[in-house]
Amino acid sequence: MTITHPVGLDPTQRAVRLLGGDLTETALRLHLDGLSGVDAVGLEQRAADLSTRSIKTTSKAWALDTIIRTCDLTTLEGADTPGKVRSLVAKAITPDASDPTTPSVAAVCVYGDMVHDAVTALGRHHAAGGSEGIQVAAVATAFPSGRASLAIKLADTREAVAAGADEIDMVIDRGAFLSGRYGVVFDQIVAVREACTRANGSAAHLKVILETGELQTYDNVKRASWLAILAGADFIKTSTGKVSPAATLPVTLLMLEVIRDWHRLTGEKIGMKPAGGIRSSKDAVRYLVTVAETVGEEWLTPQLWRFGASSLVNDVLLQRQKMRTGHYSGPDYVTVD
Amino acid sequence: MAFLEYAAAPESTSILNLKSQYGLFIDGEFVDGHGDVFETISPATEEVIARIAQATPGDVDVAVAAARRAYDRVWSRMSGSDRGKYLFRIARLVQERARELAVAESLDNGKPIRETRDVDVPLVAAWFFYYAGWADKLEHAGVGPNPRSLGVAAQVIPWNFPLLMLAWKIAPALAAGNTVVIKPAETTSLTAMLFAEILQQADLPAGVVNIVTGPGATGQALVTHDDVNKVAFTGSTGVGRMIARQVAGTHKRLTLELGGKAANIVFDDAPMDQAIEGIVNGIFFNQGHVCCAGSRLLVQENVHDEVVDRLKARLSTLRMGNPLDKNTDIGAINSAAQLERIRTLSDTGEGEGAERWTADCRIPDKGFWFAPTIFTKVSAAHAIAREEIFGPVLSVLTFRTPAEAITKANNTPYGLSAGIWTEKGSRMLALVDQLKAGVVWANTFNRFDPASPFGGYKESGYGREGGRHGLTAYLEASGWDAPAEATSTPKKTRKAAAK
Repeated sequence: MTITHPVGLDPTQRAVRLLGGDLTETALRLHLDGLSGVDAVGLEQRAADLSTRSIKTTSKAWALDTIIRTCDLTTLEGADTPGKVRSLVAKAITPDASDPTTPSVAAVCVYGDMVHDAVTALGRHHAAGGSEGIQVAAVATAFPSGRASLAIKLADTREAVAAGADEIDMVIDRGAFLSGRYGVVFDQIVAVREACTRANGSAAHLKVILETGELQTYDNVKRASWLAILAGADFIKTSTGKVSPAATLPVTLLMLEVIRDWHRLTGEKIGMKPAGGIRSSKDAVRYLVTVAETVGEEWLTPQLWRFGASSLVNDVLLQRQKMRTGHYSGPDYVTVD
Repeated sequence: MAFLEYAAAPESTSILNLKSQYGLFIDGEFVDGHGDVFETISPATEEVIARIAQATPGDVDVAVAAARRAYDRVWSRMSGSDRGKYLFRIARLVQERARELAVAESLDNGKPIRETRDVDVPLVAAWFFYYAGWADKLEHAGVGPNPRSLGVAAQVIPWNFPLLMLAWKIAPALAAGNTVVIKPAETTSLTAMLFAEILQQADLPAGVVNIVTGPGATGQALVTHDDVNKVAFTGSTGVGRMIARQVAGTHKRLTLELGGKAANIVFDDAPMDQAIEGIVNGIFFNQGHVCCAGSRLLVQENVHDEVVDRLKARLSTLRMGNPLDKNTDIGAINSAAQLERIRTLSDTGEGEGAERWTADCRIPDKGFWFAPTIFTKVSAAHAIAREEIFGPVLSVLTFRTPAEAITKANNTPYGLSAGIWTEKGSRMLALVDQLKAGVVWANTFNRFDPASPFGGYKESGYGREGGRHGLTAYLEASGWDAPAEATSTPKKTRKAAAK
């Protein structure tokens, strides 16, 4: 069954179309609880099987470049300063000064109050709503806990968008989700999506962070993924990086399966972003394999796939240098930021 | 080049140190056979790997005599803990030479290196470790105090898991105190020869394990030999039936692990993505060359279309080709004869009106290949729903209620295994009680563990392998006042037995 609908249909209307009838708390609950369950052992086994793929030579070279191209280079610290953001931006533009063939990353990801500094530092490299150049992603909605009133979350979002953010990484209200108030979570995502709209009618892309480490069960992750997509997420994202465990391969696989099912149902392509905890090239390549074998390799573009990471890029650069020169260098041959 | 066409990642064969010709392994030494020599080929390339000696009835006689000597003089007198030491040593050597064994098995059998490396060889080691632990605890095996070993065991094994089946047979036999003459399948003798080298490395007393290679006639000479006490066979029901007739009326004990036509039952509340994986693993693991394969998919009618759609999408991502490439999911069919049988049965299925769908795989020019195939619109009366195909071919049937699922699942002359996919625990347990199958997997399939007994109902054979049950097939009860097992260890055991 494929549900056809006009592109850009309001998420609420789209959800009504999919669920039928009125969009009530009960209807949402019936829909989400009706999703088929997830067998944890089987899911983890499948993720482990995908991890055994052996990616060598030309495939490895392509994979390493794709990791960089789809990376959201991130700094989300209380200690962030304009200076730290400037140096992050420099790294984003030129990840490896010793090799000009190294691609730039997809985006820099910062707190809302740092958006202005990131935009300024990027200058002509800033994508500014286009697909060329580097995007500025801002975490919003009282990141990472999400414990604030809706008014504050919306103000947080609007401010970041006004300052020039191209992408908003919002967090869902995990408390509401875990207590079964799916309607609250849905409405908040819809409201934040509206707050992403700019004065000229264009809108910042919305990534919805589920914080899977707090949702705990795979069944919850599956329901939350559907809920976020129903409510209009452009991307679904695993984690804030502030809660352990952050991204894991089984969780990412499960979310990709939801994205695949949504695509089967509607023809719509939703993006995916695992964030936190992915530090080595080897690990990151496993994620690429999982994407390619679950939703298809057309997902491996910055429009549909991102890594949220800070230290991953340097390990990829070391691997890239090794492939180029034939020998390993060391951490002093890549820049700290 | 698309990313998904992963660059070649072949496991190197340079780790192998194969001889061009292998003899029989009798009384601790490699000896020439007196029969013709036959070639063992790689089913993926049809290239000759090595030449193998064929054992004549005379050679079998020598092997059985060696096993009898080793039994009388060494192995039956050795303490359980000392037998255990040898088994532990074998297990560790298998682990040390794991990569070599995996490469050799893939080369000779055609199965993907991913499976030999991650399933076959680790399980071989696990089997020896597990039964090593039993060797000095036989009084807890469940056959009463001071159980006795049987004597010389004649074992005949199939080509689908050559080394693993060898381990399933040898490990419990030795732990229980028996000696062994084993015959590997004609097309897959190679890893048994490497295993013989491991036995030499382990300094196992001569004659405790003897390996005779050759065709069915060699096996027949072995199982009909007067001086064997126990016959264990894994293979087709046809041959099993013949062996049962030959052994009938003799003193020999017999266990048979034969064919299957397992039902894999998927309810509408199944964890869908994991069920799809389980179906794929159930029938396409090892090219479907698995006696317990889930070759009959029973799907609840209301999710039939969804399951079949998802299954086709998933099968389209399977990678068929060079078994030694680390990214290969589906390897080669083991022999031209088996390929012919799969083709014939598949054509029959089409002729009977079932709808055939085959994954779009590029078939290599050389070797024996059969792309993953699904038959829908299959009814219980079709041959492909009843006969064991032993290949990558899945027959899909439907059911409406749990009662109908049970009836259809049990409606087969076989009864080796079954699978259930549901999120509802109570239904799972109720079904397990009513399925006539030796192994029932719930929300998983094709999982093996040395501690878990394995075996069949009806025409799938009798006796159990694995676990405590597997041990009892190699033991007999003794009286309560029977003397305890000997505890002294003969010195220089190999030499002693050789003399």
